[in-house]
Amino acid sequence: MAAFQEGFYRTFINNNYYKVFLDGFRATITIAVFAVLIGVSIGIILAVIKVYNHRTGKMKIARLFAELYVTVFRGTPVIVQLMILYYLVLIDIKSGVIVAVIGFGLNSGAYVAEIVRAGIMSIDTGQTEAGRSLGLTELMTMRYIIMPQAIKNTLPALFNEFITLLKETSVAGYITVIDLTKAADLVRSRTYQAFFPLISVALVYLIMVVGLTALQGVMERKLQKSDRR
Amino acid sequence: MIDVKNLSKSFNGVTVLNAVSAHVNIREKIVVVGPSGSGKSTFLRCLNLLETPDEGEIRFDGELITAPRYDMNKLRQKMGMVFQHFNLFPHLTVLDNISLAPRKLGLMDAAAAEKRAKELLEQVGLADKAKEYPNMLSGGQKQRIAIVRSLAMNPRVMLFDEPTSALDPEMVGEVLSVMKKLADDGMTMVIVTHEMGFAREVGTRVLFMDEGSILEEAPPEVFFDNPKNPRLRDFLSKVL
Ligand SMILES: Nc1ncnc2c1ncn2[C@@H]1O[C@H](COP(=O)(O)OP(=O)(O)O)[C@@H](O)[C@H]1O
Ligand SMILES: [Mg+2]
Repeated sequence: MAAFQEGFYRTFINNNYYKVFLDGFRATITIAVFAVLIGVSIGIILAVIKVYNHRTGKMKIARLFAELYVTVFRGTPVIVQLMILYYLVLIDIKSGVIVAVIGFGLNSGAYVAEIVRAGIMSIDTGQTEAGRSLGLTELMTMRYIIMPQAIKNTLPALFNEFITLLKETSVAGYITVIDLTKAADLVRSRTYQAFFPLISVALVYLIMVVGLTALQGVMERKLQKSDRR
Repeated sequence: MIDVKNLSKSFNGVTVLNAVSAHVNIREKIVVVGPSGSGKSTFLRCLNLLETPDEGEIRFDGELITAPRYDMNKLRQKMGMVFQHFNLFPHLTVLDNISLAPRKLGLMDAAAAEKRAKELLEQVGLADKAKEYPNMLSGGQKQRIAIVRSLAMNPRVMLFDEPTSALDPEMVGEVLSVMKKLADDGMTMVIVTHEMGFAREVGTRVLFMDEGSILEEAPPEVFFDNPKNPRLRDFLSKVL
């Protein structure tokens, strides 16, 4: 019991190490939240381009770009993408957190694009025709009629992607970010205590994922209103 | 009001409409009948440019709507369309289904659009369904709401593509009676249907379409009692 207390003290209290964990937690949350926002925005745009080209044959160049984008970002490891961004492309941005936000956002965009594309394709074309026949523009039809239904249909896949992204941020340490995982590793290497840093950080990830899952449940119930018979 | 000249359309090299010409006068009720696959839907969908004609001209109130870069959204605001499968928006309440387009297109503010939607629902006897979602409604109710959704745009013409074909027989009547009321109120209508009784009662002119051409065109009495084209006679003998 004394050893247990001693371990806890050395991991969190001594040298104010708990602050290292808090900063790491903040970095992880920041990266995940902003990367999701970027990823969803990019994903929706790419998905709309692909579907639009598929249905009308227009915007061929944009579709080729979208395809190349998805191929590249799905086809290479995210750590390699991060390091390329940090050491080769965005060398003027010194903040690892900002580069991580951009990197994870770009990467997630490729996955979200495929999810949303499938979601849009699953909506009957009669929905588009009904919208257009009322005089709504293509964009309005997409925004008010197709997207809400597509997002609802893809909610489980989207949350799966968000959860994956949250956990993947744990490799941000490769580009000098002190995220939650890196914080644990730092404290472990200084205290020679592995149990407390690693287990507590694992628990924090777990709690965040459980929270996301709960949020998914709430959103699904809210959107499923229209399914009740 | 609508003037169609030599309209042609093909899909993947297969001709579906073959130089079709037709005219719709204001307050007319044109009924289009013909075998399945004869091009009736394609003809109707060309009128509001859901399909782009390959050749020919369509004029609406004298304006050439087949001109390149014509503002088709403005045109469609004036042409309501009712589909065989209703195509209500499942994620929106009945009220929002009806008021979405007038609101988003800036024709009415939210309160006015809601008020108008409720009035229209009242007229088709569905005022109590305003807050429900389409999934909770019967086919006949859905189609009446689809009609109301188009009417909320105050269109000048209504296009109907087999509005009762997807309905259980006992629900056909309620939809046809809404359409009849609309006809009596003076709406200009183009109706593709297999309901011959309705065609005879409501139609001012009936068109027979077969293999992408209009083979006969006559007032209902003549069309049904004295058909000239042998293919029409054959068709009528099967459906009547
Ligand atoms: N979007 C389309 N792509 C390819 N073929 C089509 C399309 N729409 C209609 N067709 C074909 O055109 C023909 C006429 O169809 P349609 O106008 O729907 O006939 P109707 O409404 O009289 O049954 C059919 O053979 C149909 O398969
Ligand atoms: Mg048809």
